[in-house]
Amino acid sequence: MNTQPNAMNESSIQSQGTEPAAVSALRVMYWSIRREIWENRALYIAPLAAAAVFLFGFAINLAIMRRSIGAPLLSPAQQQDLLMERYEFSASLIMGIAFIVGIFYSLDALYGERRDRSILFWKSLPVSDLTTVLSKLIVPIVGLPLLSFTITIATQFIMLVMTSVVLLGSGVNIAALWREVSFLHFSLVLLYHVLTVHGLYYAPIYGWLLMVSAWAPRAPFIWAFLPPFVICGVEKIAFNKTHFCTLLGERLTGPGGTMAENDHTNNFSTLIPHHFFSEPGLWIGLAIAAIFLAVAVRLRRYRGPI
Amino acid sequence: MNVIDARGLRKSFGETIALDGVDLHVEEGRILGLIGPNGAGKSTALNAILGLTPYQGELRVLGRDPWGERDQLMRDVCFISDVAVLPRWMRVSQALDYVAGVHPRFDRAKAESFLAKTTIQHTSKIRQLSKGMVVQLHLALVMSIDARLLVLDEPTLGLDIIFRKQFYDSLLNDYFDRSRTIVVTTHQVEELQHILTDLMFMDRGRIVLNCTMEEFESRYVELTVNPDRAAAARALKPMYERQVFGRSILIFDLKPERGINPNIDRQQLASLGEARTPSIADLFVAVVGNQYAAQGAAQ
Repeated sequence: MNTQPNAMNESSIQSQGTEPAAVSALRVMYWSIRREIWENRALYIAPLAAAAVFLFGFAINLAIMRRSIGAPLLSPAQQQDLLMERYEFSASLIMGIAFIVGIFYSLDALYGERRDRSILFWKSLPVSDLTTVLSKLIVPIVGLPLLSFTITIATQFIMLVMTSVVLLGSGVNIAALWREVSFLHFSLVLLYHVLTVHGLYYAPIYGWLLMVSAWAPRAPFIWAFLPPFVICGVEKIAFNKTHFCTLLGERLTGPGGTMAENDHTNNFSTLIPHHFFSEPGLWIGLAIAAIFLAVAVRLRRYRGPI
Repeated sequence: MNVIDARGLRKSFGETIALDGVDLHVEEGRILGLIGPNGAGKSTALNAILGLTPYQGELRVLGRDPWGERDQLMRDVCFISDVAVLPRWMRVSQALDYVAGVHPRFDRAKAESFLAKTTIQHTSKIRQLSKGMVVQLHLALVMSIDARLLVLDEPTLGLDIIFRKQFYDSLLNDYFDRSRTIVVTTHQVEELQHILTDLMFMDRGRIVLNCTMEEFESRYVELTVNPDRAAAARALKPMYERQVFGRSILIFDLKPERGINPNIDRQQLASLGEARTPSIADLFVAVVGNQYAAQGAAQ
């Protein structure tokens, strides 16, 4: 009996504009991420361009192979090996490009808005600094990996179709090719790699870049890359040690055991999450990423246009 | 409840004191003009009110602490600071989408109807718009938000006369009502004189004058006298005097706080020459210029 008058009260209060109207946090995050994609179209154009270039090269390669050999002399197993090699190359090319785009994106994310003064506009809207910084983290650690994964899978599928078309009528058993290439398996390994390494393991790298981007008075690129070099240099010259350098290198190459040294003949046993998730390096990295992000959020609160 | 309540607001950048103990109280439904020379602390005061800069002292805006609760505060507060802050890469349609997406009080239909009165295309990027159009767009966005406080920091800087006029006209006709409050700073004071309800002068981090426009009109008189009456007028102790084309222009405070000559009235002044309400700019020079002169004499 009580509910209806209450509801009416609420709606009348809201229409008077005294009760703070609310937009759900999820919706604000959605629009914040969309806005990032509007601003940074390179996020999807660069990996797409990499895929297009790769497919173009692959097409030429197929045409040459077909002409020079005439009838392919390779066995289905060899065909499969060759194709898997190309698969891996296409994946690492697209992922690599996406990683580079992610680096430049993160460096500009909290610096560009200060440089073009638009930070005053963003801050005039009811979006917290935390939401803003998180949206700028989600783009490189979730958005970019998933996007590059999708592009990679599409590219590889096109490669498989192209190979089949070329081999059609050459007497090679195409069905075997489709069967043995284990497209699905490769995709799963790749997805796992993308989410763990690019998403979780690289988090402190993106956290560092965002923090520098929020802090740098100018030239965030230099501020981001100079300190690691200086630390490495001083460490080497003063103590003849390379701890920090090794640490950085390991962070960039990813943890051992997730992709099992890129041996594509591996089966599902390479998917060993308990190795990855029991690695202290992952958790230390995530803790450091959280610190960098907290600093970035705080810095953004103090920052205005430069 | 006051919309803005500040007590002993202080802020310094290193050695420079930007705000030196500012007390400020703004009621609902007022249009306050904050006037001051460059570096007077106007923008710092507004930034503190908007939660863009930390400060010392007490400050409440709509009952909230702006520095700690900027994002919640921005549901009820809008601001336009300078003209060039809309992101240049954005399309007009994207700006509408985005604000509609994140702002609970944004009325998109209203914004569309404001834009329909301009020549702004939805597909244009903001960098393609002229300065005046960017301000029109920003104003269309802001006026479509059902906010309680609107803060304008030099909103018409760099605009031509027509756009400046339009800006204030649409603000008054399409936006302002007695439940909203506007705080505005500008150097183009003349355009504001007839729309303000309250006036505040700032100089070197302090408030040097704070009155309603009714008080302003009843309290200050500008008297233009011929040279033969100048001595008689000067005897009434004007707060400021300047010479224009051989005539003296004197500004009188009819209710000086530390009563120098509390007995003069408007009729008395009118008998000496032409008496009228001074412009805000002239009063500003009289109030602030006098302080500089006093300081110069002391040194």
